[in-house]
Amino acid sequence: MADDWQDGGFAVYIHWPFCAAKCPYCDFNSHVARHIDQQRWLRAYLSEIDRHAALVPGRVLTSIFFGGGTPSLMDPDVVAAVIARIRHHWPVANDLEVTLEANPGSVEAGRFRAYAAGGINRVSIGVQALNDRDLARLGRIHSVTEARAAFDIARHTFERVSFDLIYARQDQTPEAWRAELTEALAMAVDHLSLYQLTIEDGTAFGDRYKSGKLRGLPPEDAATEMFHVTQSVCDAAGMPAYEVSNHARDGAQSRHNRVYWRYGDYVGIGPGAHGRLTLAGQRHATETARAPGDWLTRAEIGSGDVLCDQLTPSEAASEFLLMGLRLTEGIDPRRFARIRGEGLNPDTVSYLTEIGMIDATPDRIRTTAQGRLVLNAVIARLLDA
Amino acid sequence: MTPLSHIRNFSIVAHIDHGKSTLADRLIQSTGTVEARDMKEQLLDSMDIERERGITIKANTVRIDYKALNGENYVLNLIDTPGHVDFAYEVSRSMRAVEGSLLVVDSTQGVEAQTLANVYQAIDAGHDIVPVLNKIDLPAADCDRVAAQIEDVIGIDASDALRVSAKTGIGIAETLEAIVHRLPAPRGTRDAPLQAMLVDSWYDPYLGVVVLVRIMDGVLRKNDRVKFMSNGTVHQVDRIGVFRPQMEPVEDLGPGEIGFITAQIKQVRDTRVGDTITSEKKGTEIALPGFKPSQPVVFCGLFPVDSSEFEDLRDAIDKLALNDASFSFEMESSAALGFGFRCGFLGLLHLEVIRDRIEREYNIDLITTAPSVVYHLHMKDGEVREMHNPADMPDVTYIDHVEEPRIKATILVPDDYLGDILKLCQDRRGIQLDLSYAGNRAMVVYDLPLNEVVFDFYDRLKSVTKGYASFDYNLTGYAEDNLVKMQILVNAEPVDALSMMVHRDRAEARGRSMCEKLKDLIPRHMFQIPIQAAIGGKVIARETISALRKDVTAKCYGGDATRKRKLLDKQKAGKKKMRQFGKVEIPQEAFISALKMDG
Repeated sequence: MADDWQDGGFAVYIHWPFCAAKCPYCDFNSHVARHIDQQRWLRAYLSEIDRHAALVPGRVLTSIFFGGGTPSLMDPDVVAAVIARIRHHWPVANDLEVTLEANPGSVEAGRFRAYAAGGINRVSIGVQALNDRDLARLGRIHSVTEARAAFDIARHTFERVSFDLIYARQDQTPEAWRAELTEALAMAVDHLSLYQLTIEDGTAFGDRYKSGKLRGLPPEDAATEMFHVTQSVCDAAGMPAYEVSNHARDGAQSRHNRVYWRYGDYVGIGPGAHGRLTLAGQRHATETARAPGDWLTRAEIGSGDVLCDQLTPSEAASEFLLMGLRLTEGIDPRRFARIRGEGLNPDTVSYLTEIGMIDATPDRIRTTAQGRLVLNAVIARLLDA
Repeated sequence: MTPLSHIRNFSIVAHIDHGKSTLADRLIQSTGTVEARDMKEQLLDSMDIERERGITIKANTVRIDYKALNGENYVLNLIDTPGHVDFAYEVSRSMRAVEGSLLVVDSTQGVEAQTLANVYQAIDAGHDIVPVLNKIDLPAADCDRVAAQIEDVIGIDASDALRVSAKTGIGIAETLEAIVHRLPAPRGTRDAPLQAMLVDSWYDPYLGVVVLVRIMDGVLRKNDRVKFMSNGTVHQVDRIGVFRPQMEPVEDLGPGEIGFITAQIKQVRDTRVGDTITSEKKGTEIALPGFKPSQPVVFCGLFPVDSSEFEDLRDAIDKLALNDASFSFEMESSAALGFGFRCGFLGLLHLEVIRDRIEREYNIDLITTAPSVVYHLHMKDGEVREMHNPADMPDVTYIDHVEEPRIKATILVPDDYLGDILKLCQDRRGIQLDLSYAGNRAMVVYDLPLNEVVFDFYDRLKSVTKGYASFDYNLTGYAEDNLVKMQILVNAEPVDALSMMVHRDRAEARGRSMCEKLKDLIPRHMFQIPIQAAIGGKVIARETISALRKDVTAKCYGGDATRKRKLLDKQKAGKKKMRQFGKVEIPQEAFISALKMDG
């Protein structure tokens, strides 16, 4: 029988952990460093790629993704060499997607052509907001004008362009968000990631929030309304949600992220990167050293991994479910049963159907619009947590 | 066998925390009854719950050998009685087994309600009473005031009250002498037919049922065949002995003596407190007065949270019942809660003790339904039915009227809090019977419906008076009132575990308070949940739990799978115990918390 991961595909993720400045809301593994020896980093990436190629050889690759941090601070040569090495090891799909996360600053935009030449065919731009006051509050170092300019260059340089916006920002009303989103959709974009601002522990916003200094966050009702506004405005513009926070024109969905949500296998390279690898028929979770220097040293010695755990059937099934239900397309419950060795509790399924949270057929379970709004509760219920 | 003149049988009467157990410990210790190395605090309270709560649930006894200052050797038998109102009958029997009492009053506190209830029992039993002012080592001790109060409130002479600190040992020697010289020796005739009182009994896994007896007349020997007069059963005595406080065999027990027997008795149920034991042949014809079988007063349902634990619960209840004849139970099934037991208790403390023991000793999580009293339903056809579960309430059109049990409650409280107490009693449909003062303490007596007291009256009393009030009660009888059954509907489905009998005039307030509480206790669900209180088909109060608005993680990519999964596992482990009612999950604690009243 084919391994389960094949239902999700195979991808490689490269983590670049450095930023020019740390944003106050960001809880990703990112660091600000004065001097970075890019050639040393490249050697470490290549050696990790080689190691993984030996571990899971011969798979058809769906996607490569450079995330961060701010990977648009990477030298285009480094990016090109990494892509080349990956293509050298694995056969690639005809429609291989190669994405780079980019900041919309003018410096980055100047490098777009070089990235494209090195093999990048899609960028995801961290625009975040379309007014300068809010960009400043979010700690972003670019302006709206720069962002629009960067987007225009990207539009003409890459096959596909996505950008991110954050909503439910301080002092933002549903009306203001509707106007901003409409403006964003007027740009020739084919993919949007629209995130509700989440206050995470261990961030500057998190600290300010705890001490009561983060004022003007919209109340729950307003934030919920902004979610609804997002759905209706994007639907009307032909960019429906295909995942909780991701919207795309048909065919422009992020193939890379779909590997995660469809619970495929993915190689995670770089500090703090996670992977899921099916080895000898068993799904494993890999994790690398989080601190950049630590990872670098480990990778040079032989492996950046600090963990490679075999997941139990029930752990793997939980992950499949919690990732898969984020997608509008939902999950195949038979696949869940195959992974766990036991299907979902039919009583819970009919209960959630009855209260309008999911639509269930024997071969598909999807959340309704209402269910997606309380997805955490739906998932907890299905997994009896 | 000790001559009657050299036996003294006594009990210690005290309010909780006034130092009864400490005094008992000290008497045992100072006479060398227990080696110093075997001494532990509150020697006579053997159950964890007794030690923790500072209460005595089962009667205990100890035989103390004491050489008095006059050079004579005396046998002192102390019976430690349960001090709580729930066990008033057991107390009354223990009192009948002895001739005198030490009345222990905390000299920093004064007379409390339980002191009164128990001392009246002692007076009723014809005891000679020696007042003991305890805790005189404390700076707040005020012996003169407390002695005057004893005379005022109880009406016994306290001029020669002993001044003691059980903690430090002051006055212990004088107490032992007072027991010998101020308490009477028992009476009884050796040659008369055997007449012994069954004071208490308990189940011992190795010995079977152990019976605590007081010999009134005659002699009880090993291998005697004895008859329990209330049920006519005959047993052969296979062990006979006394407690020091551990069991010690003796040849026989004569008049005035207190000891134990075992006789291959399997169930505590077969040994009823207050029963008369006599010889099978040529026994006495005269049973001791005052015997009555115990009657449960408070009922509630006990259900396992996890329905698969029903058999474990049955097992636990069977085992507890082995040792507690006053606790009754029968299987019950509830639409909402599945299978469980309807249990009857002597009172609320008794209920709590049994519930705690099941949860602790047998490790079963329980849902306790609303406690109920026994109502008398006078049907239109003249029949009178007893109802102890609101779920059994017949169609109201067949009922002529309903009667409920009432109590006489005695409350002692510093007068600063008197207003709060009067309000509390008034709110609970009380009728004031008496109000008097002793110093700056008020004594109020109320006629109250038991159903207003059964739940959290005592807690409320404690909290409005910052713990300074004391309370005791006795059942007085039944009276008619306008009582209705109130149901609670969660998401339009009645939750039978929350239905209760209430007075019509108080139903709305009660219903509103229940709905408000449940609104806070039931977590938000994925949909809106109406909570209603209803009488018959009529909704009298309503609250709504709004639906969860938004609960979704904005970002979740490859690196988040592990974190999200672990979060779910953690959630699963820390999840509150819930019970499914229709589409709604109700946390276990909601059943108790929802019933608590604020006023």
